[in-house]
Amino acid sequence: MIEDRSQYLSANNDQQSTRRYLKLSGLEPMIVSAETNFINVGERTNVAGSRKFLRLVKEEKFDEALDIARHQVEGGAQVIDINMDDGLIDGKEAMVRFLNLIMAEPDIARVPIMIDSSKWEIIEAGLQVVQGKCVVNSISLKEGEEEFIKHAKAIKRYGAAVIIMAFDEVGQADNYDRRIEISKRSYDILVNKVKFPPEDIIFDLNIFPVATGMEEHRKNAVDFIEATRWVRENLPHCSVSGGVSNVSFSFRGNNTVREAMHSVFLYHAIKAGMNMGIVNPAMLEVYDDIPKDLLEHVEDVILDRRDDATERLLDFAETVVGTSKEKTVDLSWREEPLQNRITRALVKGIDQYIVEDVEEARQNSDKPIEVIEGNLMAGMNVVGDLFGSGKMFLPQVVKSARVMKKAVAYLLPFIEEEKKKNAPQPPKGEQYWKTADPLLYGLMKEYAQKMRNKPTEAETMLWNALSGKNLNGYKFRRQHIIGSYIADFICLKHHLIVEVDGSIHQLPENKTSDKERTQWLEKEGYNVIRFTNSEVLNDIDFVLDEIIETIEKTPLLGVRGAGSNGRILMATVKGDVHDIGKNIVSVVLGCNNYEIVDLGVMVPAEKIIQTAIDEQVDIIGLSGLITPSLDEMVYLAKEMERKNFNIPLLIGGATTSKAHTAVKIDPQYQNAVVHVNDASRAVTVVGDLLNKRSNQKYVGDLKEDYEKFREGFLKRTKKKEYLSIQEARKNKYKIDWSTSEIIKPHKLGVQVIEDFDLQELEPYIDWTPFFRSWDLHGKYPDILTDKVVGEQASSLFNDAKELLKKVFDERLLGAKAIYGLFQANTVNDDDIEIVTENGKIKFRTLRQQLKKHAGKPNFALSDFVAPKESGIQDYVGCFCVTTGFGTKQLAEAFEADHDDYNSIMIKALADRLAEAFAEYLHKKVRKEDWGYATEETLSNEELIKEEYKGIRPAPGYPACPDHLEKLTIWEVLGVKEKIGVELTESLAMWPAASVSGYYFGNQEARYFGLGKIKDDQVVDFAERKNIDFEYAKKWLGPNLIE
Amino acid sequence: MKNIEKILEERILVLDGAMGTMLQRHKFTEEDFRGERFKDWPIPIQGNNDVLSITQPEAIKEVHRLYFEAGADIVETNTFSGTTIAMADYQMEDLVYELNYQSAKIAKEVAIDFTSKEPDKPRFVAGSIGPTNRTASMSPDVNDPGYRAVTFDELRIAYKQQVEALIDGGADILLVETIFDTLNAKAALFAIEEVKDERNLETPVMVSGTITDASGRTLSGQTAEAFLISVSHIPMLSVGFNCALGANQLTPHLEVLAKKANFGVSAHPNAGLPNAFGEYDETPEQMASQIKEYLDKGLVNIVGGCCGTTPDHIKAIADLAKDYKPRKLTVDSF
Repeated sequence: MIEDRSQYLSANNDQQSTRRYLKLSGLEPMIVSAETNFINVGERTNVAGSRKFLRLVKEEKFDEALDIARHQVEGGAQVIDINMDDGLIDGKEAMVRFLNLIMAEPDIARVPIMIDSSKWEIIEAGLQVVQGKCVVNSISLKEGEEEFIKHAKAIKRYGAAVIIMAFDEVGQADNYDRRIEISKRSYDILVNKVKFPPEDIIFDLNIFPVATGMEEHRKNAVDFIEATRWVRENLPHCSVSGGVSNVSFSFRGNNTVREAMHSVFLYHAIKAGMNMGIVNPAMLEVYDDIPKDLLEHVEDVILDRRDDATERLLDFAETVVGTSKEKTVDLSWREEPLQNRITRALVKGIDQYIVEDVEEARQNSDKPIEVIEGNLMAGMNVVGDLFGSGKMFLPQVVKSARVMKKAVAYLLPFIEEEKKKNAPQPPKGEQYWKTADPLLYGLMKEYAQKMRNKPTEAETMLWNALSGKNLNGYKFRRQHIIGSYIADFICLKHHLIVEVDGSIHQLPENKTSDKERTQWLEKEGYNVIRFTNSEVLNDIDFVLDEIIETIEKTPLLGVRGAGSNGRILMATVKGDVHDIGKNIVSVVLGCNNYEIVDLGVMVPAEKIIQTAIDEQVDIIGLSGLITPSLDEMVYLAKEMERKNFNIPLLIGGATTSKAHTAVKIDPQYQNAVVHVNDASRAVTVVGDLLNKRSNQKYVGDLKEDYEKFREGFLKRTKKKEYLSIQEARKNKYKIDWSTSEIIKPHKLGVQVIEDFDLQELEPYIDWTPFFRSWDLHGKYPDILTDKVVGEQASSLFNDAKELLKKVFDERLLGAKAIYGLFQANTVNDDDIEIVTENGKIKFRTLRQQLKKHAGKPNFALSDFVAPKESGIQDYVGCFCVTTGFGTKQLAEAFEADHDDYNSIMIKALADRLAEAFAEYLHKKVRKEDWGYATEETLSNEELIKEEYKGIRPAPGYPACPDHLEKLTIWEVLGVKEKIGVELTESLAMWPAASVSGYYFGNQEARYFGLGKIKDDQVVDFAERKNIDFEYAKKWLGPNLIE
Repeated sequence: MKNIEKILEERILVLDGAMGTMLQRHKFTEEDFRGERFKDWPIPIQGNNDVLSITQPEAIKEVHRLYFEAGADIVETNTFSGTTIAMADYQMEDLVYELNYQSAKIAKEVAIDFTSKEPDKPRFVAGSIGPTNRTASMSPDVNDPGYRAVTFDELRIAYKQQVEALIDGGADILLVETIFDTLNAKAALFAIEEVKDERNLETPVMVSGTITDASGRTLSGQTAEAFLISVSHIPMLSVGFNCALGANQLTPHLEVLAKKANFGVSAHPNAGLPNAFGEYDETPEQMASQIKEYLDKGLVNIVGGCCGTTPDHIKAIADLAKDYKPRKLTVDSF
């Protein structure tokens, strides 16, 4: 029976004349037949490919992560690739959890899953939770035949298809012969030894970029295509796949050319037999629609038809950019009705014609203010709706705001003029007030005259300064009647009322609260500022400065109080200098007709509290980027509680989280505390908070939600075991110092770089975080072609490039660096003793205390430096770079020009340049100053992926979260004295666009996260550093076990 | 004795009918279920049909005998719930090996008996492997869709134990049946492959899913074709459907398999849909007339009955099937 059976089987398998199709399944079948032509794999559910997806997984926002998967399926992905390979997440757990959730969503689970990981255990865990037939992505001969066979057998038994990378023990296949050699060998092993069904084999033959300028890359596309043809002709039944966007990598930024390249490449590759791949459908031009000249140039490159193909395409690409831009200028919309034009200008962020249109609107209106309240607000409402529904993206909204501001700035003088007509103008204006409240007016006039004759000392002093246009030519009046109030001093043109000692005089029998009075005045469009008697008497200069500043400050959207939805105080907390996110939220709220009181950066709690009271704001919004800011926010919440505040508190910024807000801040304050980390949510949240009809319920729901979240979080926090610091030290990471290569730096001591040419940094810029700072999520350069945000990302990118060019050309930002390399040895396990000109100084490192699986060490940075007792001389370095000098001035200049877009842009760019500078300097140190990696040749992508040897961890980041160590670096290098970068009280660097850190050169040095530590290490750390325990605890707070 | 694959090419094989329906006729009491062996068992075991292979072996043998007499080529062992997971309800996890071994052994004894009397019509024993009472790709908790009550590995280990005992007891075929969650079946198939690999066996495998609703999907949501693709990685004697629906509702789904499967196709439907009292009242004639449609269309290679069917049903089916040619075992392109 047994012998016969095998005969039966082989008879079955021998039907080679019939083509056998790759068949996959989710809830529904998917068959890659001859008619299917090409299977498109969705890859947004890949933590390596999508920053957004990574963030959602990290934050355990699996609902939103599922939306990404759903979106892809709805968008036409026939298979979805899921990858959880990231150092900061438990890939296996995340894979299983996400797949389990997908299985519960029939609209997603209908398509087959591609389980993507470089780790076998993750692949296997994935295979164990999916009922359909999956694709494993991927295995290869990289680790040898034995492992390859073992994994292939398991995959067969789990019933999945498999992607085989063209990779073997020697390396990745990068030419025609190697592709064939590896695929043939892989195929023979799979089909003959493993009996793997050949139709379940998919080869990824490695798509590499062409037109890179490197001679050896010329045949990259043609080799792939030809190898594909060979594989399909010679290895029966198998499929060929690949990631297509790689091929056009060198033309990133020029989508016209990239799209043509993708189409041409696919056209030829599909003809050769490629039947599966990762392609962004938005980045494909129809082959037949490619202009003939472009097609010829692109085909020359893809098919390697000419020696000068690359140069010719490069030249041609320039003209393509130009013409495509010209083509897009379609002015037909200018023919449309006025409101359409205004709305379009706002939605599209076109400021070219706005003044013209607004002028036309003004002439059609009774009052200029109506243009704002009518035409412009109508347009902004469209913007708000589009943004709210996800159809507009942040950079567009900020551009809309720019157009709005221009329009308002144009209208303001007309509005002033109009107000002057209507404003109280004694003595001629008596008539106006008489009609309003004739009886009262008579009494008040008498009272005012009395007061004018009996001014206080402070009032006299101030009047001397203000009268006769003494103050920068501004005309002030005193004891002026407004409605039923009398103002101390008023500048009618600028609608500014100045009160001294809180005494806007009024009839004693007609007293109302300060609050009502101010509200009324502000509703009428006046700005009220108050000084105490003693401020005027003791510091008249301060008072006058404040008055000038208030006059000169252009109120957001021009018309203070006019129909405002509410007033929101925004501040970056004490000790912190990062404000890009805060500014974006401010602009977006501003666009939605909220009045923003922006206190800027490094604002002490006391000032926030006082301003909130004085300005009677409706909401306080706090922002912060560095960890100490979290404590500052908790402190502020406590202060608000202590002062009996009853307005909501918004929390935002990179280090903040819903967890921290719920667990640490929310319990401190009785009113609402809301974590808002993106601008689009801010609008809805603020709207709900200020909706008088329903906000009581909303706040109640919020409190309850946070309460639940808090309980859930505390419950969910896994019971983890921790070692004592002594035990952790015993389990340190052990480098074999007898064999570890240590290279003495060429240059020891401290070096300074001044007036560095920023242009050199451009290639080092990691653009991905830049897009993130604008709420555009995705990896550069793929983000430029992303289906959803690609268009916006490209437009933002072009604007960034333009501003960057200006920065380079006009040398607008100052870049400086300081760094040093020193003799060093680890002493007492966790300290690194370095030898400087001024003697020995110790860096204190912190050690992981989480109990690890057997064989996994408890890291500290000191493990990467040879211990003193080894007798080996080792070295470490430290550095600080900045590109931030000049940022503030530039940003302010843009703001003064109503251009928040570029104001935010310059800060975001300065941040990117600082990171690029750090990358550049690290490379220079590796290759020259220290010289341990003179042979290193890494592309910028590889640099960004940190594929080099040695690390540059920064204090305040996961490996060394202790910000206090910055003080040591400052001392060692003399950072402040020599390059002028300062530390704030929270140890943030100023200018903000600065990076500092250490250099570790050992081959085995790696980045890690400290995780939570125990009190015993804090005690030890405090002793070593000779600081107070409580002080140490405060700084290490975020890392302490609760 | 001819091997079953060869026979399958020549004629339509007949599978037996319901075991449970037949056992109900005995109206076994708790004491009958317990027998001498389990008289002090701490919890009630009435309803645990699998245990009857130990306590009432003659009754089981009698059912097998009746089906063979009715014309069945294959009988299923009385082991539908023979895994540690399903037996946990009766605290009989430790008896799983014995239950399966004994069930296979007594079925095999009856089969050998018939084959020796009628060598031209060899009789086979299919070890029945049920779905267990847990689902590996669905959450039992509507509020926590990511939760799973059982893992692949738990199932694999449980199934492996059952498979080893069935083979040791003499099962000729392994029948993974009533599959409502394909992932459970994949775990069973994984275990079967492990055992076959370790013992260097080529035991034929039958796989039979269950379409639970009129939309034509399994409980875990797969269409018939997606189900077929998901289990096709294992060399199978046949793939098919059983249970849940009556013969006529099963037709369109069998058509999918008949068209796409490169294996034999099996069907063992219920005797119609249960009536208001939970009884199956389709008569042998009614059922046979519907099975006739399968045969006329050339949809099946193996046919039998599930819940509610009796030796009379099987006889009606066998009498019908013997005049038909079997479906061709392979399809042209796959």
